[in-house]
Amino acid sequence: MFGEGFLRTIEVAALALILALVLGIIFGVISTSNNKVMRGLARVYVEFFQNTPLVIQVFFMYNGLAIAGLRLSVFVIGVLGVGIYHGAYVSEVVKTGITSISVGQVEAAKSQGFTYIQYMRYIILPQTIKIVLPPLTNQAVNLIKNTSVLAMISGFDLMYVADSWASSSLDYGPSYVFAGFLYFMLCFPLATWARKYEERLKHKDTARIPFDPSEEAVTC
Amino acid sequence: MLEVFQNVFTPSNVEFLAKGMALTLTLSVSVVMISILFGTILALLRTYEKRVLGKLAGFYIEMFRNTPLLLWILVCCFMIPYGTIVIRGALALTLYTSAVLAEIVRGGLNSVAEGQFEAAKSQGFTLIQTLMFIVLPQCFKSIIPSLLSQVITTVKDTSFLQVVAIPEYTRSGFVVMGRYTTTPEVFMIFALLAVGYFVICFSLSCVVRGYQKRTEIVR
Repeated sequence: MFGEGFLRTIEVAALALILALVLGIIFGVISTSNNKVMRGLARVYVEFFQNTPLVIQVFFMYNGLAIAGLRLSVFVIGVLGVGIYHGAYVSEVVKTGITSISVGQVEAAKSQGFTYIQYMRYIILPQTIKIVLPPLTNQAVNLIKNTSVLAMISGFDLMYVADSWASSSLDYGPSYVFAGFLYFMLCFPLATWARKYEERLKHKDTARIPFDPSEEAVTC
Repeated sequence: MLEVFQNVFTPSNVEFLAKGMALTLTLSVSVVMISILFGTILALLRTYEKRVLGKLAGFYIEMFRNTPLLLWILVCCFMIPYGTIVIRGALALTLYTSAVLAEIVRGGLNSVAEGQFEAAKSQGFTLIQTLMFIVLPQCFKSIIPSLLSQVITTVKDTSFLQVVAIPEYTRSGFVVMGRYTTTPEVFMIFALLAVGYFVICFSLSCVVRGYQKRTEIVR
């Protein structure tokens, strides 16, 4: 029973992470473009999803859309809800990464006849990867933790399974401890890797790191 | 449209939602204040005490940072026999937020130069005095942006408390929603909920951005 829930959590988290990365890169890139409309669009997306709770967004998909006639499965709601929510955070991370690359690079690429898509793809984004990797990993950890919101709409994820097991067997303690342990096993390696990677980057790398220590813990 | 508006914004609904909003704000403010205190202590221990207490602080921080908030809400609300549900919910939120804040404060502590300690010592400051008057003020100054974004997160996180029927803003919204069946009315209440949180969080995020811009120019 816990196995199924654990698997469901991993599936939702993996798909939501892919969605968040795709949305984050698209909106992160257009938020640095010169087009005002595009920039505005990215801004609206980021501000709306960062400043309203995930719980309300997920319940809107679950209750609101159902009343309007659009019934989505809880699995789809999990992927879409968590993915779109974290896409806004990833977009901010990508944006910071891009703006940390010096303007000279863009000018150099342009002078060589690169188009916008080309220089983003071959020059700018590859360089930002190293810089954005630690904060992105922190986002992945938060994303995994936030998939637990599915438990509120009986999404059969790890948290839901643990909670229903706890209330049916009345073994609250063991059930929650075990669920916590499984979440920890997913998140801890990622979080630790991100911290180590960032520390290494700071010690030996000459690349400018745009995140000062104060912004190290990108929250969400 | 106007009819929907009149149906939803009845005096009793508005009063009910306002009460929910008041609870959300009270919870957020008290949780943040206690968490800053507790998080600072944890961060100090983890940074400057490498023996038992430091290890314990590290264990606490990693445990809470790598498990979902919802888990702690359920644990506190179902397994602690003392206090009202609101206090137990607030406790869960405080335990969780303290761990996150501890990591933010630790980042700030690491940015304070080592020499500051030696300088303070040479002037006859005790350890407590050094921390209170020299290290912590510099630390907090450098982490104000992350601290404020964590406040935003905490405001949003209070909405998780609706799962244990604590009547904060989200819960009140859902309770009101139960009485309506048509799409426009339900959508209106969802919008009302989103706008409520948006106004608080967006104004806070504007403060963060303004602060960052100002310090950038100074640098």
